Amino acid sequence: MFTASDLRKGIRLKIDNEPYIVTEFNFVKPGKGQALYRTKLKNMITGSQFERSFRSVDTFESADLREKKMQYLYKEGDKYCFMDNENYEQVYLTEDQVGEAVNFMTDNIEVEILLFEDRPIGISLPNFVELVVTEAEPWAKGDTAAGSTKPVKVQTGYTILVPTFVTEGEKIRIDTRTGEYLTRVKG
Amino acid sequence: MYKIRLTPHASRALPLKYFEKLINMNELHQDDHFLLARKSQALQLRAKTIQSIRLFFINNDFLEVETPLRIPSPAPEEHIEALPSGNWFLQTSPELCMKRLVAMGYPRIFQISHCFRTGERGNKHLPEFTMLEWYVSGFNYQRLMDQCQEMIREVAGDVGITEITWQNEKINLDTPWERITITDAFLRYAPLSLNEAMVQNKFDETLVDYIEPKLGMKTPTFIYDYPAKLAALAKLKDDNPSVSERFELYIGGLEIANGFSELTNAYEQRQRFEEALKTRAATNLTCYEMPEKFLTSLETLPPCAGIALGIDRLIMIIAGAASIDDVVAFTPENL
Repeated sequence: MFTASDLRKGIRLKIDNEPYIVTEFNFVKPGKGQALYRTKLKNMITGSQFERSFRSVDTFESADLREKKMQYLYKEGDKYCFMDNENYEQVYLTEDQVGEAVNFMTDNIEVEILLFEDRPIGISLPNFVELVVTEAEPWAKGDTAAGSTKPVKVQTGYTILVPTFVTEGEKIRIDTRTGEYLTRVKG
Repeated sequence: MYKIRLTPHASRALPLKYFEKLINMNELHQDDHFLLARKSQALQLRAKTIQSIRLFFINNDFLEVETPLRIPSPAPEEHIEALPSGNWFLQTSPELCMKRLVAMGYPRIFQISHCFRTGERGNKHLPEFTMLEWYVSGFNYQRLMDQCQEMIREVAGDVGITEITWQNEKINLDTPWERITITDAFLRYAPLSLNEAMVQNKFDETLVDYIEPKLGMKTPTFIYDYPAKLAALAKLKDDNPSVSERFELYIGGLEIANGFSELTNAYEQRQRFEEALKTRAATNLTCYEMPEKFLTSLETLPPCAGIALGIDRLIMIIAGAASIDDVVAFTPENL
């Protein structure tokens, strides 16, 4: 149990059995008066936000959040299966929970799954992934009529803008944080 | 090392080239240049302001005093936590010693000292901050408000500020300052009355949410006549003991100073301290010793008024700084 004076921006608490993160924090206190700990809280599962003021006597529980390294195995229906390589435990995430990460997930890619009290609630990918270009318009040397970039499809079905010299079958490195092309990869 | 020489007319910032010699350029980013220059400006303004404050009091026949920072016990108050120092404490305010000095026959005294309060850190709070306190024999709180106004106007003029711009508000110091009672402030700005707020234990949050943001906006505001329950060390009105002769100064919504006609009745003061200690004990807060020597000194304390003004806060206003971090040389986190 923590007291209000432990509150900081970025701290994660448990309210009504759900994990919240403090996105804004303000300490307010008239000279002779009571301290007020003003927070903006964001639900880490639903994303909904609300404001709450704590007093010195208030206490809170910190949220039991852990990140576990897991491997992506396969998709079954609308669920994605991940496995913990240490104990072979499997967890399933819904399409909603995986969200945009699906654009960068290759077979057996290692990810970090965010767990709240053993419930998976989020996923983190490595910063960079290498994906094969599966569909691209051909490029002829000397062809300057088109622009400097073109859209291509990669092995996960994701469409991305790349420089015009990138061809089908080539592997490219993508920054998963921005979704943008970085460079071609050899081999 | 490059030596910095402050010129007498250092109202402009030190040129950046002074810093360029001090610091390895490779380690700085574009932002840091700007931040360093801004901090330098604030610290220079701070020094000028404090010098000007000193001059005001010296020219008005005040004696500058220094009282110990480390004391056996602070004045017991419900919501102020003292920082322990061995088996004594660091002062949360120089009030106890300064009133003892007035009682010993020093009628006009002032002090600029560091005060320490644990658990207070935010963009307007530092656990160690600078307080100006002054005490005047023969004054009451009204006369003290006049003098506070006079001092701030003179000091602002001295450092070259004619109009304060703080957080996009233009605050005029020359037109008459607003003075309203706390009851009226509640009536004007709050969804509940002062009495309702007191009964529901919502005084502080109502003050902070509804009232403070409206105070000291076009001109500084004095709020006065706090209810007896919030009297602290102020005397109660002779003709109305449910009201205390206590005031606070707000500029730009920021609490700047707290002053009173001082309570000189030792018995009443002891009772108030005992109340505060009881409330603290009930919420498991540290219990401080009763300041006996201070209570004894009240027996010879003449009618007087005293005020505590946050120097860092005043500089924030004058410099237009949004955070207290911007007006001090180091925050605890920088050490």
